[in-house]
Amino acid sequence: MAATRKYGPRVLALVTGAGLLLSGCGGAKVGESQAASDGKGGCGTVNLAINPWVGYEANAAVIAYVAEKNLGCTVVKKDLKEEVAWQGFGTGEVDAIVENWGHDDLKKKYMDEQKTAVSGGVTGNKGVIGWFVPPWMAEKYPDITDWKNLNKYADLFKTSESGGKGQLLDGDPSFVTNDEALVKNLDLNFKVVYAGSEAALITAFRQAEKTKTPLLGYFYDPQWFMSEVKLVKVNLPEYTEGCDADAEKIACDYPVYDLDKIVSKKFAGSGSPAYQLIKNFTWTNDDQNLVAKYISEDKMSPEDAAAKWVNDNPGKVKAWLPSS
Amino acid sequence: MVAVSAPVTRRLPSRSYITGAVLLAWIALWVFLNGRDTLPLGGAQLTPLHTRFGEGADVIDANRDSNPVFLYFVNYIRLFIDATVTSVQALISRPSFGRPVPLAGWLGVTGVATAIAYLYGNRKVAVLTAAGFVSFGLLGLWEESMDTLALTLTAVALSLAVGIPLGVWAGLSDRFNRIVTPVLDFMQTMPTFVYLAPLTLFFLIGPASATAATMIYAIPPAIRLTAHGIRQTPPATLEAAEALGVTGGQALRKVRLPLAKQTIVVGINQTIMAALSMATIAALIDAPGLGKTVLKALQTLDVGTAFNAGLAIVIMAIVLDRVTSAASRRVEIAHRTGRSGRRRLRRVETAVTAVVAVVLVYLSYTYVWAAEFPAGADVGSYVRRGADAASGWAQETLVAYTNGLKNAITYALLNPFEALLAHSPWWLVAVVAVALALLLAGVRASITAAVGCVLLVALGLWHDSMVTLATTLVATLLVMVLGVVLGVWMGRSDRVDRILRPVLDAGQTMPAFVYLVPILGLFGATRFTAIIAAVVFAAPVSVKLVAEGIRGVPHTAVEAATAGGASTWQLISKVQLPMARAGITLAASQGLIYVLSMVVVGGLVGAGALGYDVVAGFSQYQLRGKGLAAGLAIVVLGIVLDRIMRAAAARAGGSSATR
Repeated sequence: MAATRKYGPRVLALVTGAGLLLSGCGGAKVGESQAASDGKGGCGTVNLAINPWVGYEANAAVIAYVAEKNLGCTVVKKDLKEEVAWQGFGTGEVDAIVENWGHDDLKKKYMDEQKTAVSGGVTGNKGVIGWFVPPWMAEKYPDITDWKNLNKYADLFKTSESGGKGQLLDGDPSFVTNDEALVKNLDLNFKVVYAGSEAALITAFRQAEKTKTPLLGYFYDPQWFMSEVKLVKVNLPEYTEGCDADAEKIACDYPVYDLDKIVSKKFAGSGSPAYQLIKNFTWTNDDQNLVAKYISEDKMSPEDAAAKWVNDNPGKVKAWLPSS
Repeated sequence: MVAVSAPVTRRLPSRSYITGAVLLAWIALWVFLNGRDTLPLGGAQLTPLHTRFGEGADVIDANRDSNPVFLYFVNYIRLFIDATVTSVQALISRPSFGRPVPLAGWLGVTGVATAIAYLYGNRKVAVLTAAGFVSFGLLGLWEESMDTLALTLTAVALSLAVGIPLGVWAGLSDRFNRIVTPVLDFMQTMPTFVYLAPLTLFFLIGPASATAATMIYAIPPAIRLTAHGIRQTPPATLEAAEALGVTGGQALRKVRLPLAKQTIVVGINQTIMAALSMATIAALIDAPGLGKTVLKALQTLDVGTAFNAGLAIVIMAIVLDRVTSAASRRVEIAHRTGRSGRRRLRRVETAVTAVVAVVLVYLSYTYVWAAEFPAGADVGSYVRRGADAASGWAQETLVAYTNGLKNAITYALLNPFEALLAHSPWWLVAVVAVALALLLAGVRASITAAVGCVLLVALGLWHDSMVTLATTLVATLLVMVLGVVLGVWMGRSDRVDRILRPVLDAGQTMPAFVYLVPILGLFGATRFTAIIAAVVFAAPVSVKLVAEGIRGVPHTAVEAATAGGASTWQLISKVQLPMARAGITLAASQGLIYVLSMVVVGGLVGAGALGYDVVAGFSQYQLRGKGLAAGLAIVVLGIVLDRIMRAAAARAGGSSATR
């Protein structure tokens, strides 16, 4: 008795598997089993990729809330890293990515070559990448926000990791960085140290502000941490079109990214009202930061945070809904 | 020259003189050659090999829907695994068959788990199991815990279904064993981050990929320990069986397998632990369960929530570990005493336990209170708040001391060491490595070292490999200091053992992502933080192995020394430590392997080098080839260090025995 119970799940699994093997003689094709959305007037299922940062979660939560409440869709959220999410377009496992930072290489591969993804328009958010210092430093050394003065302060930024030079704390691994080239081409007496994760960068900035220790690091906005500690950007030589063409010779700031949405080709052609919603969705950095704050600081669930924002902003939501 | 000196170096002193001379020569040359031929490669730079590695993945992506291997083989495996996980989830974790709740609720699952623990283990672990499962509910994480359990059990069941037969084969055939051992080394040392994204090309996004990722890490112990068990059958027993005219198949079934049973159960235990340790990482490709909670919490640096979920993982690990260990002891006792004479009693016991479990399952199928864990009993929020407060307090008050500690170790130990390894010309390091391997471990190990150095250069990651090696060796040193101090203490006192063991278990099974934020707050994004993370994970293994070794010292030797008037200090340093030498060597080599398996986590907290290369390769499309190369470099480091240490230990053991 006990023995049969112990092997129960395995036996069940074997039977199920065997059944599947027998029933599918034609060879199972990837993507056949999951119809992204049926497109017969109703909404059906929408598969949203959830990339691992809070700002993204805020976009996705609001879209999912509106899709479920106003359009009657079933929204399936899938926690995926960016590249894995793009892979999912071709197999029908992902219908939409709702905050994309650049990724020209992935666009080339999946939009131009594989033709499984198409643009879903901009989100209205502006993505700023650059070098930041904690606010106490900008107050005490007002001229530090100009890159030309960085060498003057390089000694302040020395750490056990930077080998006698100033430390430039880099490295959220998800973001492209030109910082090694920048340090070299701008002739800065700094060494790039790779923090290796967003958590490491945020913790470093949080401690730096709390204990008033110097820190220069790579960061970006919109980001929920900005509403806790408003980091101050250091201005590098201004970005001009094409100044970043040769990665080895870059000597200018990062461009401002127009964050956008990417949808699968299948989903775009399905006529689903959810596609219209995602295409129409735009909001401001302040909107996103507010929802992100609900999630990160007020510890609300993404659903509750979205519900609160949607109820406070009926006008904006109405503009996204499909016209029909 | 080497051939001539080899017999002479049998005596320890002269060999250690030569070793010292090699090291001195290295330092002297370093002074002159510092910074030359170090082969550095910038964070975003690639070599042609990296580009080619990256393009390999695209080929799979392009051919997935037309290639017959995919159509008729991989896709069926995927469907099979998906269906398996989904059916286990329907059973215990997810609403299914039109019901708002899974088939078996918390009472039923707890009942069945407790019954299994009681029937295969003993009363004590049954109580532990019941308490553990109830605590999942109390922490407010019942559904997440069951998702993790479903995925873990499926991965373990499939791992055993594949691993035990392969293990038997490896146990019977020397040739197969020789082929499979390096493959298993590879599977265990290759960082998961490297194959996580490519796996989704094979098995798509979903439970199948998560299960496959878990299986890659969890199968090796099942194969290794099964093979080990099969090999242990005493030759005399086999000869006796042969004399009786037993065929090969019968000998396997009636002699070898029953004798290997206990070792195989230990293998099952190791497989479960390995599978559970993948819970968090698999969540990066949408694996359901506790890992997701941990990762989500990390996005907002929510230490409390991450700790709460991490605690549930630790509890699950301890329950599964204790139950399988108890089962293995039971097998051993049954084996030693022969068939129990009280079979009838046992049958009654089994029947009663089973009936109780079935009744509980029925209740949880029928009634809401037994299906959904009562929400009122919420301990989770206290745990969350407590962990938050503790982490905040530590970061605020301890930071003054921790900074000093970090700087002391970094400047005194890590930086000089790294300078020597990473700032010497690559050929100098290679020559020194080969020479040291030859002196300490013999010709074969020195060939391994030479091949390893060449591979690291070919992979284009020499400099990063040396930085990682420096951090790894310092971490291993700290692990061994802790291992010997705590291990001796634990090995000499059962009371200390009882107190320390759960702490060590927690260190080993708590996902690193949980304590990333507090240690980052204490030590900043530095290599030292990476060392701390590695020590937390690796020291428990070394402590346990040293303690095991100390306990293995014969009582007569200890008693003789005590009677001879030896002080406690003399007893430890002159008797117990030397006699536990084998255990301590094992502790060092295992400690090193565990430290290496944390290289990638180190990359997340500021260690840079190979760990960061792997993480960035996982996150950035254009760096994927470099990530793969970095993963291979870690494998090379692991295999070379392991082979050298093993050969050195064998040689040291051999020479001490002949003296």
